[in-house]
Amino acid sequence: MTKQMMTKEELAELADRFTPAAEVSGDGVGCALVIAKDRLLELLRYVKEDAGCQFTMLSNETAVEYPEYFELVCHLYSCRRRQMLTVKARSGKDEATFPSLVTLWPGANFQEREIYDLMGLSFTGHPQLQRILLPAEFTGHPLRKDFKAAVHD
Amino acid sequence: MEIKDTVAKPESLLERNIIVTSIEQVLNWARSNSLWPLTSGLACCAIEMMSAAAARFDLARFGYEVFRPSPRQADLLIVAGTLTWKMAGPLKRLYEQMPEPKYVIAMGNCANAGGPFVDSSYTVVPGVDKIIPVDVYIPGCPPRPEALIQGLLELKKKIRHPEVARRDQHD
Repeated sequence: MTKQMMTKEELAELADRFTPAAEVSGDGVGCALVIAKDRLLELLRYVKEDAGCQFTMLSNETAVEYPEYFELVCHLYSCRRRQMLTVKARSGKDEATFPSLVTLWPGANFQEREIYDLMGLSFTGHPQLQRILLPAEFTGHPLRKDFKAAVHD
Repeated sequence: MEIKDTVAKPESLLERNIIVTSIEQVLNWARSNSLWPLTSGLACCAIEMMSAAAARFDLARFGYEVFRPSPRQADLLIVAGTLTWKMAGPLKRLYEQMPEPKYVIAMGNCANAGGPFVDSSYTVVPGVDKIIPVDVYIPGCPPRPEALIQGLLELKKKIRHPEVARRDQHD
């Protein structure tokens, strides 16, 4: 029972509902729906609750740093349709915040704390945004490109 | 009367089940023969430590199989695995809660000197001796159960002959 990605056509259909905020990017396994940050929760609520989509499972939430922007990547899975969907949202380097997914999926709590801890992205609406892997008094965000590790002899 | 008859010969004392020794020697013998480790496995070396305690390699034949869950009852801290900065505080607290006399074995490359992860030094403590004093270092990634047993036997020698360790300190 392999997971199928949503086809580009299905993604395009989905994107049409949310134009101009949404667009389809990537090919094959890397196919994703890129949406504007302010309509992210709206899109996710739609794909989760709509009877035709039913992407009820958030299987992963992570973030990537590019030279121009930060990108939040959410992997959703529909058990009923046996399909995977990738949703991405971008944020500028200066205002590195995203809306929190905790209201839709409580499991996103720890995922967002890890992203905050290691990447330094804040999530508005998160009930307890604090470090999870590193000690609380640690300064800096190690997975950023500009983080310099301390050198031990 | 000949004088030599009044001096008891050592062989005859032993035949009468009497050994002349010092309290310190007896205590050292007792301590070295029944070390009670604290269950303090942090990472993969803990698997080898468990394996050493299990049937094939059997720590019980040395008297060391009694792993204690509480530091108050333990006298040996085997730091088996990678120590992260987040865990360093609790480990130090565990060490301080152990009553004297206590001993520490650093098991594995991570506990010795940070191991293969030392370059990612934002998480890994470069060697557990940065936090607590260590008596025996066991290299390996992970060290085989036999290596852990050899380390425990070295500790046994160290406990029985503390004067050797003390002499090195003054060098």
